[in-house]
Amino acid sequence: MSKLKYESPIIKQINAGITSKFGELNSLKPVTHIANVSVKSLIEQYGSPLFVINEQTIRNTYQDAYHAFSTRYPNVQFAWSYKTNYIEAVCKVFHQEGSWAEVVSGFEYQKALDNGVPGDKIIFNGPDKSDFDLKIAVENNSPIHIDHFDELYSLITITEQLNKRAKVAIRVNMDTGIKPLWDRFGFNYENGQAWEAINKIIYSNNIDLIGLHTHIGTFILDPNAYRVAASKLADLAINVKNKFKHDIQYIDMGGGFASKNTLKGSYLSGTDLAPSFSDYADNITQALLNAGFSTEDLPLLILETGRALIDDAGTLLGTVLANKRSADGRRSIIMDFGVNTLFTSFWYNHIISPAQECSLYTEDTVMYGPLCMNIDVIRESINLPPLNKGDHVVVHRIGAYNMTQWMQFITLRPKVVMIDTNGKTHIIRESESKEYVSELEITPDYLNNIDL
Amino acid sequence: MKLKKNIAISESGFIFNPEIGTSFTTNSLGVAILKQLKEKTSLDKIKDSIVKNYDIDPITCEKDLDDFLRIVNQYNLLEEQS
Amino acid sequence: MKNKKTITVAVTGLNAIDSPGPGIAVIRGLKESDFFNVRIIGLAYEILEPGIYMDELVDKVYQIPVPSSGFDVMLERLKYIQGKEKIDVLIPNFDAELMTFIKLKPILNKMGIKMLIPTKEQFEERLKGELNKFGEKLGIKVPKSETVFTINELEETLDDYDYPVVIKGKFYDAYIATNIEQAKIFFYKILAKWGAPIIVQEFINGNEFNITALGDGKGNMLGAVPMRKTFLTDKGKAWAGISIDDPKLLKMANDVISKTKWAGGMEIELMKEEKTNELYLLEINPRFPAWIYLANGCGQNHPEMLVKFLMGETVDPIEEYAIGKMFIRYSYDMICDLDKYEKMSIHGEV
Repeated sequence: MSKLKYESPIIKQINAGITSKFGELNSLKPVTHIANVSVKSLIEQYGSPLFVINEQTIRNTYQDAYHAFSTRYPNVQFAWSYKTNYIEAVCKVFHQEGSWAEVVSGFEYQKALDNGVPGDKIIFNGPDKSDFDLKIAVENNSPIHIDHFDELYSLITITEQLNKRAKVAIRVNMDTGIKPLWDRFGFNYENGQAWEAINKIIYSNNIDLIGLHTHIGTFILDPNAYRVAASKLADLAINVKNKFKHDIQYIDMGGGFASKNTLKGSYLSGTDLAPSFSDYADNITQALLNAGFSTEDLPLLILETGRALIDDAGTLLGTVLANKRSADGRRSIIMDFGVNTLFTSFWYNHIISPAQECSLYTEDTVMYGPLCMNIDVIRESINLPPLNKGDHVVVHRIGAYNMTQWMQFITLRPKVVMIDTNGKTHIIRESESKEYVSELEITPDYLNNIDL
Repeated sequence: MKLKKNIAISESGFIFNPEIGTSFTTNSLGVAILKQLKEKTSLDKIKDSIVKNYDIDPITCEKDLDDFLRIVNQYNLLEEQS
Repeated sequence: MKNKKTITVAVTGLNAIDSPGPGIAVIRGLKESDFFNVRIIGLAYEILEPGIYMDELVDKVYQIPVPSSGFDVMLERLKYIQGKEKIDVLIPNFDAELMTFIKLKPILNKMGIKMLIPTKEQFEERLKGELNKFGEKLGIKVPKSETVFTINELEETLDDYDYPVVIKGKFYDAYIATNIEQAKIFFYKILAKWGAPIIVQEFINGNEFNITALGDGKGNMLGAVPMRKTFLTDKGKAWAGISIDDPKLLKMANDVISKTKWAGGMEIELMKEEKTNELYLLEINPRFPAWIYLANGCGQNHPEMLVKFLMGETVDPIEEYAIGKMFIRYSYDMICDLDKYEKMSIHGEV
């Protein structure tokens, strides 16, 4: 006689006000495959935890975004935001799709060059550009987006030394009706600082103002804010044209589009709140098309969106280390990945699914990471079916900011694999080894004799 | 270990404690275990019957059973032990 | 009418408790329809919503997932329900669920479920944080208000306000704070329950008036009844109210509905300032109010009109209503057997 399928016994008190199993059906549905490759086989082959990038999802998402803008505006260019995910294979998928590079440090700049991006297609943003970095950017003819007056003066000196012209844009911050106002980056629009910077550049000898840039914030759920921002930049561009007979070649709207993740503290789910690419595109392109440019003067529209292009393409696979009961009887579960690996668990309530067939019955659970540190909590509260030691889970939408902000802390960073469009898997970043971490350490000789 | 005798167990998995008016849901294995507890079946026997009838190894079964009983006890469904 | 057509209407908000949802009042209107024979499908979030146990009003109940679990989860559940029932019309009665239903509207429409609800733009325009702009657009005075996300922003904002001040949530809850410490407590209380942002609003001293109105989505007001709350519960909800004759209020309702092209039921909350007699717009709720049955008592059955409109019947706007009709809310202890509670908690339907 064949045995019955086992499912751990569970008992739950029925409380008024607490929704039962109908509350969170979504996370219950087991997700056994990523892009038709089984989670079990991935972990068997590459270990756990494991980051998985789905190449097809990247390409589909990029094409959706590009389509949303290019069908509404004649001249559109995306630039891949390196800080969101600068694993080489990921960047190259975007570059194959036609994205330029958008970098915010000398390190990222070099990565973009190594990836084969031509200098004039690397947009150099951010407050941190050393004189050395600026020189390289000038020599490579890269668009430099100036963040502050000190940078502008450094650049004037550098262009004189090199006797070479620099192509620049200024970053502009402004009130778009949303909070918080990101006024720490760039020059303010409302108080005239931006106009002052433009004047200085136009009257300088070796610097060409080719663009205007803004980046109004992060995870912006109100697409109308982009309309306000785009009109303000367009307004500046038209004033430049009227006053100096100078054409602004591009308007760079930066990034900040929300992904479908749910921010902590949000009542509604991110899938319901996140505007679509079309919503953002409508607002931005209408503002530019209605700004008063003549058709032949319409500037190139550059977009640096990162999160919304890559979040869905990334998943993290993990394994249950142990189940526990806390002192008050609440269930807790310890996973083999923690906040060191999944950095975004600090601000998202990630959707996490079991990776094998499981019970419909769930229990409110605290999900901990493996670190011997009290802060290591992945979800303060999540409804999960019983999972046994060794069972796997899938964390969804983690493509953005994890593979750059992860920490080498207590444990080593795991492998990253990419599933290509034919369903074949490739390691695109090896797991770290003790040697890799120790390699950089130098111990003075006199500390080397230990006698315990 | 024994279930309080007035606890009502329904096949659907609905458990009612008439003493304090609390109610609970449990799954099918939970129903089976509680019924056996009500009939004063020993823990070892309960465990044996699970391992015999279900596709499960004895260690996982023991861990799950212990955890289940801890919660059942926390919910005040067991007779106080003398 | 002899041969009434039988239709199926799903209704949420069965929480007829001390701070009631409108569901039961809506259902009473539908059950009293002369035109339709209405089978009611109750959609409940919690297993103790009283409507689940009101057999004479609700024919079948399904539990549905809370809106915070996302529209795809809700859709899955509604597909299951529609597989068993043939729902013709769905009437959402919670603010917090409306975004989800707005998103689901085209899909539900294909499944044969019709709804008369505002668009996303209309819904957002009247959000408490956006009310100032809304008032400006319609030429209606609105108490000064600001949206804050953090406790620091709250403190900064409060510098510009006199006490008492109103602290409100994005969807629900409003408290009157008489000092900064209280304001902070309310801030955290609302934040924990409904999330950011929190709204700080100028307190207007005076009498509160409410209008329930129904718009057809094309700018026409199908009906409206204004009332004054004559007594409040300690939760600030209406204990009793009376329909009143004030053309100014009706004109305002008409303005709001025609300028926004509002679709569905709405409740307009107004304050008439005691000293100046000026009207201030406090809130627009994107649904029927819990006291919607008063409209029925005054001769305007809005839920029935809404369903008729959606079913393609001609609905003539009604302007008349009985003045001086009162409603008095009362509570009532139902006696229920455990089996219904059991079925609901195990199967999620009964």
